[in-house]
Amino acid sequence: MPELQGKVRKILAENLSVPEDQVKAEARFQEDLDADSLDLVEAVLALEEEFGVTIPEEEMEGVKTVGQAVQLVATKLGVSA
Amino acid sequence: MPEATIALVTGASRGIGSAACLALARAGVTVGVGYRSDPEGAEETVAKARADGGIALPVAVDVRDEESIEEAFRRVEKDVGPVRVLVNNAGYTKDGLAVKYTTENWDATIDTNLKGAFLCSRRALPAMLKARWGRIVNVASVAALRGNAGQAAYSASKTGLVGLTRSLAREVGGRGITVNAVCPGFVETRMTEVQREEIRKRYVEMTPAGRFGTPEEVAAVIAFLCGSEASYVNGSVVSVDGGLSA
Repeated sequence: MPELQGKVRKILAENLSVPEDQVKAEARFQEDLDADSLDLVEAVLALEEEFGVTIPEEEMEGVKTVGQAVQLVATKLGVSA
Repeated sequence: MPEATIALVTGASRGIGSAACLALARAGVTVGVGYRSDPEGAEETVAKARADGGIALPVAVDVRDEESIEEAFRRVEKDVGPVRVLVNNAGYTKDGLAVKYTTENWDATIDTNLKGAFLCSRRALPAMLKARWGRIVNVASVAALRGNAGQAAYSASKTGLVGLTRSLAREVGGRGITVNAVCPGFVETRMTEVQREEIRKRYVEMTPAGRFGTPEEVAAVIAFLCGSEASYVNGSVVSVDGGLSA
């Protein structure tokens, strides 16, 4: 679902203040995108707002890459990423 | 302060909370006057704020109850907009020596004074983060800084509130949000007026100022910490106690 992927990447880019082309599926939040834990929480808040989903903290823990974030949102929405 | 700043003050029917609402309203802040058990007191605060030319609305909020907090924030957001300033003022005290202190009273004290402040802050922070601006002021107590026989629960809750203040200040201090605490000493409120006369006399003797403080004296400090001018004050614990903790 490229549309969802694009939306998630756009929101992540905005929230992490990085150019969208750096927000690739394999990009790691901490190492590649220089995001700290609060940046990630803010990004999750933005995703929750955009997609009307709730992402509990324990589900955030395993999410290390952009691709995993897209997957998580897709799962929440009940669609395939 | 950004234009049309909106504040929510918990426990604002009377005392320090009420005075804080009036001080904020005078500074041009739209104030949600939070109350739990005393709607008349909240209406009175609202009326006073309006008489001063301010904008205020009563908001029912029981800080021990997450649903009630959610409803209160939604109400404020719907009626006037997102909360940018949160004053965690709602407080509970029931004195008694620890040996005979009931678990119910312990829980009631911690739930209101400490957990309530956490729950309200957690609910308020996302909008503040988004705005890159926010103020949280926690109303602690001189009992956070020194022990008081008969106040194990109260003192523990208020010391906890100082810990919450400092940790939150570090978490969100990079986003234009400040989190500070004020520690009032003995102030003329309903919380202190129930004390026995001999105890009140002893309090006054311990206080260099030689008198109780007024809610307005505490409110002035709260209002300052809520303002834009206090932008570099973060994680501070400000005593407003007539020198009691000096």
